[in-house]
Formats: sequence, C-alpha cells, structure tokens
Amino acid sequence: MAEIAIKGVAKRFGGFTALHQVDLAIADQEFMVLLGASGCGKTTLLRIVAGLETPSQGEVWIGGRRVDHLTPRERGIAMVFQNYAVFPHLTVFENIAFGLRMKKLPQADVERRVNRTAELMHIEQLLKRYSGQLSGGQRQRVAVARALAMEPDVILMDEPLSNLDALLRLEMRAELKGVLAASKTTTIYVTHDQVEAMSLADRIAVMHQGRIVQAASPVEVYRNPAARFVGSFIGNPPMNFVPATKAGNGSWSVAGLTLAGPKSDKQTIEFAIRPEDVDAGSEGLHATVRVIEPLGPHTLVTCDVEGGLFRATLDSNAGIKVGEDLRLAPKADRIRWFDPETTNAL
Amino acid sequence: MSAVTQAPVAAVADARKAGDWLLIATAILLCVWVLLPIYLLIVNALSSPDAVTAFPKRFFPAFDLGSLSFFVNFAGVARALWNSVLVATLTMILSIGFGAPAGYALSRFDFPGKGTFRFLVLMTRAFPLPLLALPLAVMFIRTGLDDTAIGLALVHTTLALPFAVLITFSLFSGIPVELEEAAWTLGCTRLQAFRKVILPLALPGIAASAVFAFTISWNEVFAAAVLTIENRTLTAFLLQSLGESPLYLKFAGGAALVVPALIFIFAVRKYLFAMWGIANR
Repeated sequence: MAEIAIKGVAKRFGGFTALHQVDLAIADQEFMVLLGASGCGKTTLLRIVAGLETPSQGEVWIGGRRVDHLTPRERGIAMVFQNYAVFPHLTVFENIAFGLRMKKLPQADVERRVNRTAELMHIEQLLKRYSGQLSGGQRQRVAVARALAMEPDVILMDEPLSNLDALLRLEMRAELKGVLAASKTTTIYVTHDQVEAMSLADRIAVMHQGRIVQAASPVEVYRNPAARFVGSFIGNPPMNFVPATKAGNGSWSVAGLTLAGPKSDKQTIEFAIRPEDVDAGSEGLHATVRVIEPLGPHTLVTCDVEGGLFRATLDSNAGIKVGEDLRLAPKADRIRWFDPETTNAL
Repeated sequence: MSAVTQAPVAAVADARKAGDWLLIATAILLCVWVLLPIYLLIVNALSSPDAVTAFPKRFFPAFDLGSLSFFVNFAGVARALWNSVLVATLTMILSIGFGAPAGYALSRFDFPGKGTFRFLVLMTRAFPLPLLALPLAVMFIRTGLDDTAIGLALVHTTLALPFAVLITFSLFSGIPVELEEAAWTLGCTRLQAFRKVILPLALPGIAASAVFAFTISWNEVFAAAVLTIENRTLTAFLLQSLGESPLYLKFAGGAALVVPALIFIFAVRKYLFAMWGIANR
C-alpha cells in the first residue's frame, strides 16, 4: 500500500518559483502522469517526491508516512532517469543487483530477483555486458529492470522514453504499461509527450508554470479541460477558441451563430471546440478556408473564424476548396466555454 | 564573370595556404625549442664521461652507461633520490587528499563565491615562490619544519593543489550527477554512492592527477634548495653540486630528473588537457 500525498509543496530557486503550492493525491497502484511543457515544474515535483530536491515548503507523504525530511534511500522509491543512469563500471547483472546488494539480501535471492526482472524486461541475454556495449533501448530496459528489482512501493520515471527513437518508444510504451500494471506499484511518470501521457496514464496531472491545472483521467482531460491551457496544450491539433458575445441571458453569439451557453454577467466569453467536433453543413460558424491538408483518414482544414485561426478535421471526401466560405456546425454536447479572464472553464 | 568570382576565391586559398604554413612552422619551432635540449641531454647522458667532454660532439647516443653509473654511485645521490621520492609522494597524498574533495565540491554543489573560489585557486599560482620562500623559511625554522620532508611537501602541495583541484573538478563534472542520484535512490548514502559509483569511475583520472602532483614536486628546485640543508632532494642536490661537479654528472643528473617526469606527464596528458577544458567543460 503506497498512496502518495503531496500537500502544499512549493519550490523556489532563488527568486524563481518553480512550484506554487502544489497539492496532489495519488492512489495506491495508480499510474499518474505529470504532463507539461519543459520548465513547468514537473521534473522538480518528481525530484521532490524522490528526495533529490528539498521542497521550500509543504509535505510529502508516501504510504501514510511523512517523507519530506528523509533521504531518497529511506523513502521506498525507485527511479528511472531520462539518461538511464546505468552504471558504466558494472555489468548489467550488477547494475540490477546494485540496490539488492545495498539491502544486503542473500546471494541466492539477489540472483533470483535479477534473473526474474531481466526476464521480464527481455534482457536476460545481456546480463554479462557493460552499458557501453548496449543500445539506448537496452540501457532503458536495464534502468527499468534495476528499479523493478527493488520491488519498491513507488516507481518514479523522469521522461524515460524521450531519448529513444520513435518506433522504439512506441514499443517500450506498451511494454512499460504492461510491466508496471503487473508489478502493482504506484507510478509517477513525467513526460512532455501528450500521446505518451494519454496512452499510459490512469490519471494525468497537467502542469503549467509551476501549478497543477487539472488532474483527471485522460478522457476527462481531453474532453473537459478545466482551463484554456489544458485545451490548447492537449490534442493535436489543439482545441479551437472563438470569442463569444452576449446575445441574451444564457445565449451567446459566436461567429454568426447563436448558441445556448452558461449564464454569466460578462459581455464576452470564449467558445471552444475540438477540431473533430465540427461538421461542414448549411448552418454553423462562418469560416473562410485558408489551407487544406489531406491526411488520409480525414482532411485538416485551417480556416479564418472571426479573424482567428480555426482548425477542423473534416471528412476526406468533403470536396472543400481554398477560399471557399464554410459553415461549421459544432456538436452541441462537445462545446466548452471559458472565462477569458481567469481562463477557467465555465 | 568567372574572373570576378575566381579572384577572391584564389585570394582566400592563398591566405589559407599561408596560414597553414605559419601553423606548421610555429609547431616545428616550438617542438625544436622543447625537444632539442631534451635530446642533447639524453645523448650526453648515454655517452661515456670522456665523450661528453670531448670535441666534436656526437649527435647520436653511444649507449654507454659510464656517465649514468658514475652518477648513481656519486656520494649523496642515493639519499637525495630517496628524499625526492619521499617528498613527491607526500605531496601527492596531500594534494589529492585536499584537492579531490575541493574538486568534487566545485563540480557538485552551488555555493556563494564559487566563481571567486575557482579564481583564487588559480591565483595561488600568481605569487612567485621566491617571494614566499624567505618568510616560509623563517616560519619553518620557528616551527621546526625546516629541513624535513613534510615541510617541503607542504610547500610543494601549495604548488600542486590548484592543478589537483582543477583536474578533479573537470573529472567529477564529466561524471553525470544522475549516476550518483540513481545510487542514492537504490539505497546508498552520499558516502556509499561516492565510494561505489563515483570513485571507480574517477579513479584513473585521480591517479593521473596524483602523478601530476608527484611530477611537480619532483621537478621543483627553488623551495627545495632554500628549505632543506641536510635532507636535499635530487633537484636541490644537483643545484648545489652544479659548480664543482663534472659536466657528465650534470647531464646524467639532468636526465635522471627529466625522463621520469616526461614519462609521467605523457601518461596523464589526456587528463591535463581535460583540465583546460578541451575534453569537457
């Protein structure tokens, strides 16, 4: 049992605030992904949980035990680093056995656990090699095996796949998911790759400028972004935003269309929709086609809507031409509204 | 049209060629400057005592060990050699003992005044030794450190320490901090992580830095001559006997000093380049 609680954790480096008062609860055996652009504080947060960085304030709890004053070795964690950090002077076997030897396990147990994790990561034929004789993907496997062999309560991963080439990344991603689910550990996984985050996570914590903007399931984060940033960061192409002006109590005028929306005192708010949630029809948002990119399964159409960029993924056979005026009908249940000042969802 | 474009191209090619020649000429000049004395030293050290004083000079070594055997059996040489080795070994231990932790701290920690500290480490080389030697001699006599191996080793350590700090700094900087962090998460204390992960990786470089400290002490003559009387090191001994000793003894002694130093420096050259930021940082 190792649930993690991060309570009011802040981190300042000199005058720069890397984390503002972050709160996050992670359930036992949950796969939590910290997602954000570089410099958003996700790695700092992970390192605080690992004990490699001390928080300026706040508490970290692992398995009901407060750990923020403990050294990394006392926290029951294992970590996989972005550059793998496989010890170059030790064989693969000794690398995986390193933590077990520190625990002073009997030789028979060490061998059993090394062999089992090596088998799990498909590196049993590499045990006698040194890291210099391994490819990037193999080193990655050694790093994961070394963490798993510890049988930790918590595994922390810092962009473990970002140094692999695209094909290998895809393969390792699926494998990691299987292995980690079977190991029943709680996982915190840091990445800037939204596809990786969506495919691996039980829950995604989207971070922006030292804050957690939203922590929810991948589908929830995608469908119901809690803030404008989440909508614009997740999804490729990202969500479209169009200004909406008040047309009545709870009705808003958006690019020539009047829609029912939230009740608000504000005169203008923002209308938002995913590119795949509009259809070309006889009625809808007034749009002028600028660029057409056929992608096979669908066609990406970039338009002008109310003077702003608007992307729609439409059917490949729609027969749209550049310069044409379109009517893009949004699916009513997929429309989201944002407050332009707080940028939060309405 | 083509003439217009070719003229500047030809000019650039000429300039590049001239630059190449200048580079080669400078390199040859510097090599001769350094290598010629060493060559003559070795030729004469390997000649018989008679050949050394004879004229015309030989330019190829005769591989006669007469001069060297005379040198080895010369009264006081064995003792001076022992003193040199003793002082150099002490210098090596002291400068690594102090230098390696300082190098580690510089590479791993951010602390106020880090830049100033690095600068000051180098600054210690800005004071000429003769300036320090007299006050040091007085102080050493008062504390009873004069004419002892440890006293001289302390002075040599101040000479070797900046290099030890800079070489080990560059060495530790070249070892990714993640390796250490990985060791911590795998159950190591800071000290254990250093011993099990960093030390094995840094050991060749630390050995190189130690050899360099040894060589600095081995070659040092001024402090050795001022601060020792009875317990002369080889350099001080040769300096002292320079006036009265025959030419072939000087050549043999010179070779005995230069050759080990050359071999040591050649062996550790990779790490010395690293110190000046060619290999990393």
